[in-house]
Amino acid sequence: MDNGSASTVERSDPPTRKPLWRSQAINKFTQQNLPACKPVLTPTWVILTFLLIGTIFIPIGLVSLHASRSVVEIVDRYDIDCVPEQFKSNKLGYIKDSSYPKNCSRTLKVNRHMKAPIYIYYQLDNYYQNHRRYVKSRSNQQLLHGLGSNKTSLCKPEQSNNGLPIVPCGLVAWSLFNDTYKFIRGKSELNVNRKNIAWKSDRDHKFGKHVYPFNFQNGTLIGGGKLNSSVPLSDQEDLIVWMRTAALPSFRKLYGRIEENLHANDVIVVNLMNNYNTYSFGGKKKLVLSTSSWLGGKNDFPGFAYIFVGSYCIVIAIVFMLLHVKNSRNTHVGYN
Amino acid sequence: MAGGVKKKLHLGRLHPFRCGTKSFQPEHSLIGGPGFSRVVFCNNTESQRVLTYGNNYVTSTKYTLATFFPKSIFEQFRRAANIFFLITAILSFTPVSPSSPVTSVLPLALVIAAAMLKEAMEDLRRKKQDIEVNNRKVKVHRGEGVFDNAKWMNLQVGDIVRVEKDEFFPADLILLSSSYEEAICYVETMNLDGETNLKLKQAVDATSKLHEDSGFQKFRAVIKSEDPNANLYSYIGSLQLEEQQYPLTPQQLLLRESKLRNTDFIYGVVIFTGHDTKVVQNSTAPPSKRSKIERRMDKIVYLLFSILVLMSFMGPIFFGISTREDLENGTMTRWYLRPDDTTIYYDPNRAPVAAILNFLTFIMLYSFLIPIPLYITLEIVKVIQCTFINQDLHMYYEEADKPAKTRTSNLNEELGQVNTILSDKTGTLTCNLMEFIKCSIAGTAYGHGVTEVERALARREGLPSAKEVTNGEGQVENSNKAAIKGFNFFDERITHGKWVNEPHADVIQKFLLLLAICHTAVPEVDEDTGRLSYEAESPDEAAFVIAARELGFEFYERTQTSILLHEFHPISGRKVQRSYKLLNILEFSSSRKRMSVIVRNMEGKLLLLCKGADSVMFERLTKNGKEFEEQTQEHINEYANAGLRTLVLAYRELDEEEYNKFNEEFHEAKNSVSADHEELMEKVAEKIEKDLILLGATAVEDKLQNGVPECIDKLAQAGIKIWVLTGDKMETAINIGFACCLLRQGVKQIVISSETPKIKALEKVGDNSSVAVAFRENVLEQILEAKESLTTLRKSSEALALIIDGKSLSCALEDDVKGLFLELALGCASVICCRCSPKQKALAVMSSDIAIAQFRYLERLLLLHGHWCYRRISIMICYFFYKNIAFGFTLFFFEAYASFSGQTAYNDWYMSFYNVIFTSIPVVALGILEQDVSAELCLKFPLLYQEGVQNVLFSWFQFLGWAFNGVLNAILIFFFCSRAMEHPAFRKGGEVAELEILGTVMYTCIVWVVNCQIALSTNYFTLKNHCYIWGSIILWYIFLLAYGAMNPIISTTAYKVFIEACAPAPSYWLLTLFVVITSLIPYFTYRSIQLWFFPMYHQMVQWISKDGQSDDPEFCQMVRQRSLKATTVGYTAHLEATSKRFLEMHEVHL
Repeated sequence: MDNGSASTVERSDPPTRKPLWRSQAINKFTQQNLPACKPVLTPTWVILTFLLIGTIFIPIGLVSLHASRSVVEIVDRYDIDCVPEQFKSNKLGYIKDSSYPKNCSRTLKVNRHMKAPIYIYYQLDNYYQNHRRYVKSRSNQQLLHGLGSNKTSLCKPEQSNNGLPIVPCGLVAWSLFNDTYKFIRGKSELNVNRKNIAWKSDRDHKFGKHVYPFNFQNGTLIGGGKLNSSVPLSDQEDLIVWMRTAALPSFRKLYGRIEENLHANDVIVVNLMNNYNTYSFGGKKKLVLSTSSWLGGKNDFPGFAYIFVGSYCIVIAIVFMLLHVKNSRNTHVGYN
Repeated sequence: MAGGVKKKLHLGRLHPFRCGTKSFQPEHSLIGGPGFSRVVFCNNTESQRVLTYGNNYVTSTKYTLATFFPKSIFEQFRRAANIFFLITAILSFTPVSPSSPVTSVLPLALVIAAAMLKEAMEDLRRKKQDIEVNNRKVKVHRGEGVFDNAKWMNLQVGDIVRVEKDEFFPADLILLSSSYEEAICYVETMNLDGETNLKLKQAVDATSKLHEDSGFQKFRAVIKSEDPNANLYSYIGSLQLEEQQYPLTPQQLLLRESKLRNTDFIYGVVIFTGHDTKVVQNSTAPPSKRSKIERRMDKIVYLLFSILVLMSFMGPIFFGISTREDLENGTMTRWYLRPDDTTIYYDPNRAPVAAILNFLTFIMLYSFLIPIPLYITLEIVKVIQCTFINQDLHMYYEEADKPAKTRTSNLNEELGQVNTILSDKTGTLTCNLMEFIKCSIAGTAYGHGVTEVERALARREGLPSAKEVTNGEGQVENSNKAAIKGFNFFDERITHGKWVNEPHADVIQKFLLLLAICHTAVPEVDEDTGRLSYEAESPDEAAFVIAARELGFEFYERTQTSILLHEFHPISGRKVQRSYKLLNILEFSSSRKRMSVIVRNMEGKLLLLCKGADSVMFERLTKNGKEFEEQTQEHINEYANAGLRTLVLAYRELDEEEYNKFNEEFHEAKNSVSADHEELMEKVAEKIEKDLILLGATAVEDKLQNGVPECIDKLAQAGIKIWVLTGDKMETAINIGFACCLLRQGVKQIVISSETPKIKALEKVGDNSSVAVAFRENVLEQILEAKESLTTLRKSSEALALIIDGKSLSCALEDDVKGLFLELALGCASVICCRCSPKQKALAVMSSDIAIAQFRYLERLLLLHGHWCYRRISIMICYFFYKNIAFGFTLFFFEAYASFSGQTAYNDWYMSFYNVIFTSIPVVALGILEQDVSAELCLKFPLLYQEGVQNVLFSWFQFLGWAFNGVLNAILIFFFCSRAMEHPAFRKGGEVAELEILGTVMYTCIVWVVNCQIALSTNYFTLKNHCYIWGSIILWYIFLLAYGAMNPIISTTAYKVFIEACAPAPSYWLLTLFVVITSLIPYFTYRSIQLWFFPMYHQMVQWISKDGQSDDPEFCQMVRQRSLKATTVGYTAHLEATSKRFLEMHEVHL
């Protein structure tokens, strides 16, 4: 009865004759007949997919969360407290005047056992290391090859001083962070290992082994820390760490490692030199001590995110399942 | 060769009316004046040397080797988008640039290079074609009467050429002579105007005797002619031969690109060569039409550009403020930026200037919102789609060796959005192949053949068995049909000489005799097989002569003065040879609607044999000749209802006296040169064509092409409106309409006719102006009436068909009525325009975009290729915007955290490769391979096509949905990545994530997300799709490894970033997994909900095919039915009615 379909059946027969005009036409590609799978989002598939995502995500989330929770982290903001009382209203004057003593002492209490290695970070806030002017203001050539390289135009205004080039040039190096920390537990000072805190690739391939600081921080305006001009750049790891610019305006950078365990209820006295000026732009300075897990530092976010999305998937799967059961009687052509 | 096979007779003599055209017309006086300056010295190279016109070399290429680079680059930058990218590329060399020049220059260079490569390849193809054409051979007169082969391109104006049968003319020629004695030839102009019927050309008398090569030894003539122009249908020139002037008209002009047919050879003189020829002058570059989708796409590009500018405004505001604050009262806030000693780009003292420059930075940065390779990718994909159309075996017409041919690739997706089809009838719906199928002789109807219309009628009557019965018969017919083309007549009473036993055997004899004699066909004997074939001007005539032959009256030779037949002798039952002296031919013309011949038979009797339309014939019958009038009229009506073309045959015997008188007058009229020459001839002819005796009527079927009704049915089901234009009369047109399913039972017909009694009455009175006024009023009245019924019928959802005749149509298309008429026409499911003049039907093949060999291929072209192309292109464009929006917005969000300084999160090379490498290949694969629904189902569910007509896949809603998805993905990617990596260490070694690591992580997520997104959007997953999608992702990692392994001076921030920092960190992989899945979940959820609760039609079909229910007709029907409800907008009432009927039939069947 259905003449329409009869004719289509006829027409859809594969052509058996060889065409005259081009033999290449017999080709699954040109005839658009390539073998293919045609996924359709059937309820079963969708529900299974959601369930699968849920069952994978929730455990991952739990594991991540566990890893994050196993990390012990001590954060201490010291930028305000380390300014003597009389300078509270003029922090900038205090920090800028080198004649005032900058030493400061902080006491940290260890709440949970911290297993070595314990990583020491400093954290800066509202510090735009990702500002375009700042990021560009360096010379990779010079860092690697030293004075021989003159591709330093981007380093301005920290390119040269008194007619002599500056090594390392540029704003990044110039603004080197120069607070220092000493940790004392009980009577003894904790040993802080400041080696191997930078990426190996940086040390080996970006900072020259025979490049020594030159004419650095000699200008009228002193930025941040000074460098020992007898140590090659590849060994100035705090510089190397600093020169890997941070992605976001709030960031941590590795300062060093304490390679002995800290026990719960240990009291640690930190003697620090509060040299670095964050007061002019209202930035914060924090000292962070943290252990690490296989996932890195203390960060609950990924764990929670995984659990949240996983649960969402499970819920959606259940909702879809209910709808599917409810409507399965007329599911021929979808529901409606 | 010379004159070897020459036909003794030619049609030239048979066309006495044509003599009149040989006089000078007023416009011939223009010759020699401005615009008519061409002088051609035929066969005289020396003289012609003074006036050289270009040679016959034709180029269709756009570029030469020298001009290619400048010209094609210029072409590329005519596109606004490319100009924009060029500007960003130039700006990228200034310090304003957020990244190194490579980011902007490399993608642009690649895109331009790809576009130029495409241009080069296309031009190369044209070049090859040119070389082929230019090197074709033709015989040219070399002097001394010797003709020799020469390449087309070496032809010069004035050369004499000899063109053989079935060859193309190498240039525009003036016909000098042909193998026929009176120098006529037939020309096929298929390539020019798409018409299949042959055109007759005739040389001037003076040159017509040159039948041999040697005759040209001393031939000298001068042609003065109009200058080259593009008008194919006009020509003015004069030929000077031996001090005598002869006028030249289009009648003598043979155009390049047309073909010599049914003529052994012709001699002609080259008049226009190469680029001067009318065809080349007329040829335009393939039209650069823009599809609806592309126009909308342009709008989207503008929209995105505005968003880009808006976003670029936002940055500088924040940037300007923070920059100014860097230096407050002489103290530096962000001292690490050294605001005291800075460049203009960051100068706090001139913060507004810095902000403006920053604005440029952002324009460049956010230019990623606009997908740079969009245009070129679309072009490439469309070219490949065209090859699919060209190479589709199902659209390859083997008989004529004709595949589909696309001339422009711009409109592929438009094929999926066709709303209305306008179609010519003859040659488009029909094969232009006439078959003698029935006749009525002496009031008795003969012939058992079943026409397609009758089959349709049977179907219409709803007899369930009708189809099988007719089908069975049809097969028998088919097998017979192969035997004799043009003859499909079966009646045991007539065939094989049995007619002698019929009651009116004498009438039958005369009837067949008339068929054998009254025509202008020429017999041609195939020398090898001895078989006889006929060459006639119209296929109808050929059908008559063939019918006569098959029924025992074989017309086998035509001499100057007589017609020779092999006749079946009724008494002896053997074949005898008889000759009829041909005295006069009164030619057919559209005003006369009849033709007659006057012959003298062997007994010396004078006979006038006449055939013509019933409207003119019946009134010419003598009183005693009306014996069978009633029955014949009845049969004619029957035949017309069966969709056949009918002619009435009649004869009379003349006495000598009457004939002599007539002959004298006739010759006088013939030789008159007055303006009313034709009228005069008609009058004379009219005098003798009277008092006829009716013999009967013939019925010839203009066969519908195979599969036309089914195709039309499918197209109608797809909601496409179909207009058919035909020259037939209304009744025939309506019947043809039924035959090809344009009309159905239950479809209300609205007829707008010019032949109402009122008009007819007025016409008789003959006052032209009042007729015209009344006529217009009448048409308007009918349209208004029809519109009214349209509105009432709409409510009852009944389908409508409009039938309008040519006269009314031209009236209805006048400005003031136009709107009304179109409204009416659009409300109808189908429109048939009958009695159209050829002008109204005019189609131009030369400007066509796509040519297919058979009407039925239209179904596949539109429903399948059109639908797929539409879907592919729209998804492609949406996806392009999506992926660039996703990428662009991550850049934007990062800026918010980088105090809008213009610093990018990504390495320069990541950015330059985003558009051209990591995300561009899978989308090309999608654009080429995607199929929402398989070919079979596409054709089975024509309603799918409405998705294109209603443009649901590229609506603003769809685009905004994709854009929203892009923004959402950018948000998820940026915030998850930055939150997860902000402060704490991301590895066991305590390392924190710096700018380069965050950039790499985000980029990894983007590459994953956009590529997985395309995987989710793909309905047709071939191995290629897999390769490209997963390959793109793998390529990203390979790139990271390779680039990261390069010297740090080159790789800068990417140096070992993957192998050292990311790859060993579990958090990197976990974050990638999380972000990718989470970014895809919103789309996935939306898609599932939409698929289940608000499925689009293609999804329903996917659904059924998945469930394996597509073979269940009942179920398919349900889907068809359902979809009507789901998408009521724009569906014609026609369709609903169709479905309803289907359903009713179904119920009956159950």
